Amino acid sequence: MDVIIESLPQYWDGFLRTLFLAVVSGIIALVVGTLLAAARVSPVAALRGFSMAYVEVVRNTPLTIAFFFAAIVLPRLGVTFQQFEIAAIIALSAYTAAFIAEAVRSGVNSVPVGQAEAARSIGMTFGQVLSLIILPQALRTVIPPMINILIALVKNSSVAGAFFVLELFGYGKQLANDHGDAVMWVLAGVAFFYLLITVPLGYIAHQVERKVAIAR
Amino acid sequence: MWQMFARFVVMTTQVPGDALVSLNAVNKHYGQLHVLKDINFQVRKGEVVVVIGPSGSGKSTLCRAINRLETIDDGEISIDGKLLPEEGKELAHLRADVGMVFQSFNLFAHKTILENVTLGPIKVKGMSKAEADKDAMALLERVGVGHQAPKLPAQLSGGQQQRVAIARALAMKPKVMLFDEPTSALDPEMISEVLDVMIQLAKEGMTMIVVTHEMGFARKAADRVVFMADGQIVEDATPEEFFTNPQSSRAKDFLSKLLTH
Repeated sequence: MDVIIESLPQYWDGFLRTLFLAVVSGIIALVVGTLLAAARVSPVAALRGFSMAYVEVVRNTPLTIAFFFAAIVLPRLGVTFQQFEIAAIIALSAYTAAFIAEAVRSGVNSVPVGQAEAARSIGMTFGQVLSLIILPQALRTVIPPMINILIALVKNSSVAGAFFVLELFGYGKQLANDHGDAVMWVLAGVAFFYLLITVPLGYIAHQVERKVAIAR
Repeated sequence: MWQMFARFVVMTTQVPGDALVSLNAVNKHYGQLHVLKDINFQVRKGEVVVVIGPSGSGKSTLCRAINRLETIDDGEISIDGKLLPEEGKELAHLRADVGMVFQSFNLFAHKTILENVTLGPIKVKGMSKAEADKDAMALLERVGVGHQAPKLPAQLSGGQQQRVAIARALAMKPKVMLFDEPTSALDPEMISEVLDVMIQLAKEGMTMIVVTHEMGFARKAADRVVFMADGQIVEDATPEEFFTNPQSSRAKDFLSKLLTH
């Protein structure tokens, strides 16, 4: 127990870095995922094909592969970064975007087809129909699965700890090495700080869901 | 110069007379099913045409083909002299001139009643919000749901929702209004409130194509009745002629069934 109190500065630093990784990757993933979903339902066959291929490949390979790709393969292709955090953010957002895309797509499918027909019949273009009518309704229905994905993202960010990024899990490893006699408490502390992010996320989801539900 | 001339020739030869909506030799299949068979159909400005027929006769498909919510296999459809373009910006422009009212209302579920009506004028026509709000309120008053403006669609009755849908279409100041079975999803006591709005609209000179089972509306407001069966236009006559003296056996059969129940 003492070890947690003693190491609070490290825990706090790790917590902030994990939060940073999750928030930045989460925002990028939401944007990229929504664009992928839009591509998936677009009238352009090439866009649909690309989106489908991306989602299938990324969703069905382990996150570690994405990290290896971002941290080791990309630099060899000439994409170099000053910090490994950038690689971690690329890997996490690319991976999470695939799941977001699938969630948004299912939301788009849940919007009655008449909504799009009505929007087209008053002269809206495909982009307007999607951004003004379909996506606002789709995103509301997919908030619960979306929050699940974001919770998974917070936890997945721990993989970055294995790629030289000092975040919550990375600090946890360090502390466990330094305090070999109190590993259990060290890990309990790590778990506590993850819960500090994920539990409120679930709570927010519940509140938002109640607030934005659309009556039909 | 030559191109302009050619376009002029095309425009003048494609549309006979002063037809606002014109369908020439239109065909459509759903797989094996031939739903529109060589349809030739013209509607003049200010005309109210009621399309009736048994279910599966292709009347809804015909209505939806006019603003290209359904694509056609061959033939030509033109609105006010312009051929329906392929999907894209140009088609969107043309659709703004064609109001459509659906069987299931299709009000935007996440927008208020007022926003439902103003969205098109603001986003499609680039009207200012203040101006669009003013127009929309006038339209909502006209169809009798002005006091519902801040509510969401789900809080309104079916009849009210359908009247809002009519206001939404009118807000675009369309050249022609399409009604695809506008009262079929309504309880009997709500049908008349929607029909009253439509009759008023017809009196004001709006060009209307109405797919409906409401024979009373056809008698009262229609200039022409078009009877469809099995994907073909079987009869095209004034309401008086059609209801008192139908020519085809299909129409006689259809009308006798209506009258016996």
